[in-house]
Amino acid sequence: MPAVLVMARLTVQESSRRRLLLALLILTLIVVGVSAWGFNKITTVTRSDGTPLPPEQVSLITSQLLIVVTFMFSGVLALSAAVVAGPLISSEVESGLLLAMLARPVRRSEVVIGKWLGLALLVAIYAAGAGGLELAAVDWATGYLPPHPIDLIVYVAADGLVLLSLGMLLSTRLSGITAGVIALVAWLMAWIAGVVGDIGTGLQNQALQNVGVVSHLLLPSDGLWRGAIYAMEPDTLIAAMRALGTAGRANPFAAVDPPPIEFLAWVIFWFAIVLGASVWSFRTREI
Amino acid sequence: MAELAETAEAASPQGEAAGTPAVKTIELTKRFGRTVALAGLSMTVPRGEVFGFLGPNGAGKTTAVKLLLGLLKPTSGEGWLLGRPVGDLATRRRIGYLPELFRYQGWLSAAEVLALHCELAPLPRSSWKDEISSTLETVGLSDRAGDHVSTFSKGMQQRLGLGAALLGEPELVFLDEPTSALDPVGRHDVREIIRGLASRGTAVFLNSHLLSEVEQVCDRVAVVDHGRVIASGTMDELLGGTAVRVRAAGLTLADKNRLLTFGRIDDEGDQLTFASLDPERVPELVASIVSMGGRVYEVAPRHQTLEDRFLQLLEDEERP
Repeated sequence: MPAVLVMARLTVQESSRRRLLLALLILTLIVVGVSAWGFNKITTVTRSDGTPLPPEQVSLITSQLLIVVTFMFSGVLALSAAVVAGPLISSEVESGLLLAMLARPVRRSEVVIGKWLGLALLVAIYAAGAGGLELAAVDWATGYLPPHPIDLIVYVAADGLVLLSLGMLLSTRLSGITAGVIALVAWLMAWIAGVVGDIGTGLQNQALQNVGVVSHLLLPSDGLWRGAIYAMEPDTLIAAMRALGTAGRANPFAAVDPPPIEFLAWVIFWFAIVLGASVWSFRTREI
Repeated sequence: MAELAETAEAASPQGEAAGTPAVKTIELTKRFGRTVALAGLSMTVPRGEVFGFLGPNGAGKTTAVKLLLGLLKPTSGEGWLLGRPVGDLATRRRIGYLPELFRYQGWLSAAEVLALHCELAPLPRSSWKDEISSTLETVGLSDRAGDHVSTFSKGMQQRLGLGAALLGEPELVFLDEPTSALDPVGRHDVREIIRGLASRGTAVFLNSHLLSEVEQVCDRVAVVDHGRVIASGTMDELLGGTAVRVRAAGLTLADKNRLLTFGRIDDEGDQLTFASLDPERVPELVASIVSMGGRVYEVAPRHQTLEDRFLQLLEDEERP
């Protein structure tokens, strides 16, 4: 097996042996179970005259609640990715774990890419598994399925990969705890900058809008989250928000348009830049 | 800097082997900011020899090994391992390394750690089972093969690291303080392992400050201090002198200072050891002690030990 795949396998194996996967599985099952119960309660809500809510209204409420629940899932995934990626390389350099391995015929680029691949696989599996389970639970509880479930899972996974990549880049030079904290703060700042950009759109203030645009370019996590939101919104809601004009765009938990194709192309380029920088940074580090 | 010559071009495994030394360096230098960790190291380690690299803490021993393995980039100078430039990827297939800071995946078993190193080495998969089994036997961990490394003592982890360095019958093995965590039995075992490596023609680069250990197994040594080699040669060349132990009472500190004309003294109260003294001068020494009012009970010339020589070299270095 090529060294890059050995490193990827080792990363997955470590997460499994250290019971990280088991902890995530149990927590996810609990959250999905509780949220399914909560979603089911929406169908039992009645109007003041005692009649049940019409299906359109149930779908609308469900879609909004699903966005909040998905925000939590996305947050857990992004935070976990940052916390796990932060010490990914630095802790093994500090402990000496990598010394004996790097004396083998292994390129440092293979170590970096292999570790990224291993964690990326876990992020993708978690996003697909937890996302699919939650959507199935919501469908069972309310009969509502978001219009673009696959897109939703891809956006949530990509959001996690952004934090994983940033954490790993920092991990090539900084200690694990520092790398993890910086990645978390960057993720929160990017989200807040996205909200500032929304407010700028609502107020038609170019400077504030630019804050959102620049933050999406520097750290595309919030831009990807907007894509996930768009994938969860029913068409009727999108049409209603479009009718509101700029005011309808000033909501951090709503998206009127899907992410532009230029942004998605930039995201791919961003991953290439960050992974390339990680490889360069680790190759030039003295151990 | 670019990673040290990550050239994957194949070094001919045996072709250039015979004629080239195991390790050769020319003016290998490493600075960390203003600190000179290694100052112009030039040395040659022949094939199949056990080479002791000695020095006090912070002398630059580990830096030298890391430079040779490509973990650090030299500030200047050059080095070759098994005839190939330092950093050559293919050469690393023929090298074993036990780091001073040894640490292995605690969540893997001992056998799994060795399998991982077999895979990275890389060794043919068909050989793994025998390779792992014989290596565990060699380092005395056969009965712990399936146990997680996290349950191992420091000494057992060092044994495991030594095992990883021995996998695949390397042509050159770097052992950086290989007995730092071992008990006397473990130290004896390591000496036997090193002798075993030498007998099958493997060159061993032994970093150590345990002089008796080096003295027992090394063919050749280099003494390094403040990043410079201050002496090197075969054990016979290095330990050619005679040390003289004198048991004498009634000498004051001033008397002992006057005796420094006979060379460096290891002063242990009534027992004085003159680290390097020509046996012809022994009568003169005894006469001097007596003239100072000292009472001589015993005079015992003996071959200089590595410790005598080492301390003498370091003292000579510090003398302005």
